[in-house]
Amino acid sequence: MNFEDIRKRALQEWQEFQDPGKARILIGTGTCGRAAGADQVLEVIQKTIVEQDIEATVSETGCIGLCYAEPLVELQKPNGPRVLYGNLTEESIGPLLTDFFSGDDLNTSMALATTSAVSADDIPPLNELPMLKPQVRVVLKNCGVIDPENIDHYIASGGYAGLDKALQMEPEQIIAEVKASGLRGRGGAGFSTGTKWEFCRRAESDIKYMICNADEGDPGAFMDRSVIESDPHAVLEGLIIAAIAIGAEQGYIYVRAEYPLAIQRLETAMEQARQNDLLGDHILGSDLNFHLQIKKGAGAFVCGEETALLASIEGTRGMPRSRPPFPAQSGLYGKPTNINNVETLANVPVILREGSDQFSAQGTEKSRGTKTFALAGKVTRTGLVEVPLGISVRDIVFGIGGGIPGGKEFKAVQTGGPSGGCIPAELLDTPVDYEKLAEAGAIMGSGGLVVMDEDTCMVEIARYFVNFTQEESCGKCVPCRLGTHQMLQILQDITSGGGSLDDIALLEEIGHSVRLGSLCGLGQTAPNPVLTTIRYFRDEYEAHINDSTCPAGTCERLLSYSILPDNCVGCGACIRACPVEAITGEKKEPHLLGQALCIKCGACFDVCKFDAVLRE
Amino acid sequence: MSPLLLFSPDAAPFFSRTIKGMLYYSAAIRRLCDHGGTFVKEQLNEIFERCDGAPSDLIPILQDIQDVLGYLPREAMTETARFLNMAETSVYGVATFYTQFQLSRPGRHRIKVCHGTACHVRGASEITKAVAAKLGIGPGETTDDFEFTVEAVACFGSCALAPVMVVNDKVYGNVTPERVVEILEDLN
Repeated sequence: MNFEDIRKRALQEWQEFQDPGKARILIGTGTCGRAAGADQVLEVIQKTIVEQDIEATVSETGCIGLCYAEPLVELQKPNGPRVLYGNLTEESIGPLLTDFFSGDDLNTSMALATTSAVSADDIPPLNELPMLKPQVRVVLKNCGVIDPENIDHYIASGGYAGLDKALQMEPEQIIAEVKASGLRGRGGAGFSTGTKWEFCRRAESDIKYMICNADEGDPGAFMDRSVIESDPHAVLEGLIIAAIAIGAEQGYIYVRAEYPLAIQRLETAMEQARQNDLLGDHILGSDLNFHLQIKKGAGAFVCGEETALLASIEGTRGMPRSRPPFPAQSGLYGKPTNINNVETLANVPVILREGSDQFSAQGTEKSRGTKTFALAGKVTRTGLVEVPLGISVRDIVFGIGGGIPGGKEFKAVQTGGPSGGCIPAELLDTPVDYEKLAEAGAIMGSGGLVVMDEDTCMVEIARYFVNFTQEESCGKCVPCRLGTHQMLQILQDITSGGGSLDDIALLEEIGHSVRLGSLCGLGQTAPNPVLTTIRYFRDEYEAHINDSTCPAGTCERLLSYSILPDNCVGCGACIRACPVEAITGEKKEPHLLGQALCIKCGACFDVCKFDAVLRE
Repeated sequence: MSPLLLFSPDAAPFFSRTIKGMLYYSAAIRRLCDHGGTFVKEQLNEIFERCDGAPSDLIPILQDIQDVLGYLPREAMTETARFLNMAETSVYGVATFYTQFQLSRPGRHRIKVCHGTACHVRGASEITKAVAAKLGIGPGETTDDFEFTVEAVACFGSCALAPVMVVNDKVYGNVTPERVVEILEDLN
């Protein structure tokens, strides 16, 4: 099939989608949307349009990134403005549809933004929203805009033009273009993508493999899931271009089994690509072939590491091995293999289509382009964001994320999950690029940004991450297997009121040994959360050890609860809430909390409406 | 092949593979039937038929078996080892390495409480406590009547809606201890 013909067909299909000649309803049904109740809202929409005889097309899209406002629905009358509504429920969607389509009432107070050129009174345009205004969307351009299960939508928005161009180029030219763009691996390590491809291209072998690493294991990260769910063809196109560049005819996408919707959308996308001669034998009539298969991960964090991932595809325990030889020389089944992360690959079509100059116009000198981040934790506007590299952490947390909810104080932001570190308030102006974050003791990582406020105990956070890496350590390297275990024991001591000041130095010593003595990234970076929290929040460690208090009030074992007789009205709410019957007292008389029985669960504190329970 | 040919010396390997294999299968599958009361012979064969028996098929086979049976009974692992012509210890090694695989029979409803970073800072432990208070079991445990299994898992990637709980593959976002009680009661 000729690409021009495919494009013409796609543009026509896209035109019909944009202007169906009747009312249009769009609903975001990514995993986030569904978790917030998009399925139920969709059901009500379908019922309502039948009942009220509204002539409309209903389509599903992916995630636009405004996760805090899910479920999101976009409504449009023929030739009318397109209006985006958020935080919808089964109850609110029905009346909204009636008002919008029958009553000519836009319900301005409920509207988030308009997404069309036609403006509407008092509703800001989408890209003027404080969350979206500072963003530059390259990888996320199509997310929430196109139907991810329709290949024509992707092609109409410029998709597969990069592949078409790559087919006219020599592999070396493709690699040169990617190298010139300055694209670095978005999975965390930040190695030059073009150079990585070049290594694999130069390796001589009859068989080579191209692998997409979609094993997004960092807790707190969901960029790759969103990109696959919302724009799967972008990843496929990048993967096919990479395969052509390195000379691979067989490839795999290694994706987490915890992402069922992403797997389903990839399968659909692969089938559509095959039908359009974009995947399989003779891609777009050329003599190039590429066959792709999905491999589902089975829940092992360490499999995000290249050599462990290869072991897992081969069907064994996912344990890393020492390098060299690097996968580019000897990877899957001993053959040269190239592995790239989802977001890295999603950048590739844009570089080919629009040129490396266009790509490298964004970002800083050594960190070119844009980066997606998953913004979560104690932040007002959670969601998926994409910013030019070099933007400050403050701009992301306060500008895009809208700061901390409930008037609380910002404490730190964790980048890079269990491999990363925390960035405290005094470093909020640190520019987000690979080198600057490393200087601060954190790492770029894959892109999870978890914001923490004054109620988050940093010692407890360090314990949480070490607990995670300790469980996920494959056990091959002794420093990692035993070191993380020892660090966990010490941190557990400190968070429960034990521990001595010497323990802080011991934690640092073990941390450095684990970092030096581990084969793979998991062990080399596992001490980061501990070392950065000691570096920036030593006072919290000392308060736990010296004063047996938890400044943030989260370490349960260090808390005590008591009832203030002056405030207590004797309502009995705490008596009913207490699971261990530690609270006694007559009605309308101040109650008494028995310390010997108290399990420090905080149930009484939560239910008391009169501030009569003291937690200290 | 005519019945007589089966007894010729040339057919011996074929003969031993099929008849002995069939006897072995039927014995193993009889044992399997005791687990959960499901008749799994066809399913197991169907799963095996879909692959070509390469070692790299091991993880997909175990995933398929778990999809059908809900967990990996010992006999199913034995059968898999046999089919892939590898040591049972290798199969067991893989099954215990990956957290997805369950080696004991789970409850009818699987409650997974996310303990990813975002969920952790937004109160995942309160959710686990609420589940424990309602069902009387903690993470990794199954109720005596095999109605519920509770698991603590790392991350579902729905961090923007933390804390998150997944019940039988349906994701619930922004859950609270009160909502947990409602969700669990709705299951009955």
